[in-house]
Amino acid sequence: MKLNEKTVTAAYIKKKSMWAYIYAALFIVVCIIMWRMLIAAPKIAKVPTPLRSSLEMNEYFFSHFYSNQKISKQYAKNLAATSVRVNGNYGLKNSSDTINWALYILKANGDTLKITLAQLKALPKTEVIFNFKCIEGWSQITHWGGVRFSDFAAKYFLQNETIKNYAGLQTPDSAYYVGIDMPSMLHPQTLFCYELNGKPLPLNQGYPLRLIIPVKYGIKHLKRIGSISFSNNKPKDYWYELGYDYYGGL
Amino acid sequence: MKKIIQKHPLAIRWLHWLNFPLLTIMIWSGLLIYWANDVYRIGWGSTTILKFFPNSFNNALNIPFRLAEGMNVHFLFMWLFTINGVVYFLYLLFSKQYKFIFPHKKALQEAWQVLLHDLYIKRGLPPQKKYNAAQRIAYTGVILLGFGSIITGLAIYKPVQLNWLCYALGGYEAARIQHFVITILFVLFFVVHIIQVIIAGYNNFRSMLTGFEVIKPTTQTIKEEVQHEA
Repeated sequence: MKLNEKTVTAAYIKKKSMWAYIYAALFIVVCIIMWRMLIAAPKIAKVPTPLRSSLEMNEYFFSHFYSNQKISKQYAKNLAATSVRVNGNYGLKNSSDTINWALYILKANGDTLKITLAQLKALPKTEVIFNFKCIEGWSQITHWGGVRFSDFAAKYFLQNETIKNYAGLQTPDSAYYVGIDMPSMLHPQTLFCYELNGKPLPLNQGYPLRLIIPVKYGIKHLKRIGSISFSNNKPKDYWYELGYDYYGGL
Repeated sequence: MKKIIQKHPLAIRWLHWLNFPLLTIMIWSGLLIYWANDVYRIGWGSTTILKFFPNSFNNALNIPFRLAEGMNVHFLFMWLFTINGVVYFLYLLFSKQYKFIFPHKKALQEAWQVLLHDLYIKRGLPPQKKYNAAQRIAYTGVILLGFGSIITGLAIYKPVQLNWLCYALGGYEAARIQHFVITILFVLFFVVHIIQVIIAGYNNFRSMLTGFEVIKPTTQTIKEEVQHEA
């Protein structure tokens, strides 16, 4: 390949250069205007609409490739942390909530199931040892035990509930709440978790029951589950309201 | 009358300049995300030579406590950055412009000569076409950085659904480090690039706007000039 040469007048060079600078100036102005429009756009849950839409498009795009066959890597027990990081205590303020605790399942037909810890422990136990990923960027290999949500749903005949698009989970005091799409809830590593490192959950890890959902960032792993409900619309979500992505899928 | 040489096709100029705001936004939003777990440093044991990043740096750029904002921006502009990069790469291939950019056989050896020349250690340069060997290596390297940032970024964006990719890179934490190092290399490339553009002078800079470089009466074509110098 060769670079082409031309013989031109000085006026040609001047004219071409001038136009190039006009285009360059326009380019800069357009970039600045577009950026300003982007960040000044009306907000949905603290996020400018175009950015919110792009998060939803990302969710739409990547959920097409979502598969419950994809498993978060399982590690050997000896690799699991003994000192497990605690990052938040939202919804855990009233320790009295753990006395007479029960899990309330708000069914589609309006009935409420009250499930005790003993009933959960009577179901087959599943252990998940995976690299827990916080949205902040740190991760830690941790060892959890509990009952698979999918096993629980099958045992308690929640087929009218698991056909809904979303599950909404709340702490007993309703101070922390998350919404999760049903495919992720039914992932084989999604647990109603009551054990950490083979022992009952500590209070700061959500005793007596928390969610472990390796296909999501830590913000979705709600501690101290009080109730779970089901709907086709997105249930309210604590971090979504503060400007985070609703999906949070890994 | 003056002689000009057509250096940069219109598509390359547009894609080059588009990449500037896109990469700037990606790096800035990346800083907002990284801040939430800013654990990387250069040092050993309890000795730290350089912390990524010092508080003064974070505060000067208003980085703290903007994780959500950073993610929201990052995950929109990742598409534009990727599309721009893919279009650029395909253009290089189909227009055969890659022949100017990808390193040729003796590139490493020649790049060394260029380095010695640029550091004023030796006079004279090997003959070149559009770019010298050091430029070829640098510009090809930065294309590879682009690929690397997309691959490592995907691995930390979807570490479960793309678990094969995440394992291939050595795991989630390794991929996050790689993504960070690539960003630092982008910035280092940028710094050297700007210095070289300043040294090369106005005529060269203008060619990325107009496409052509004016050949001064005192010099011959790029090729001849170089041979003459050598």
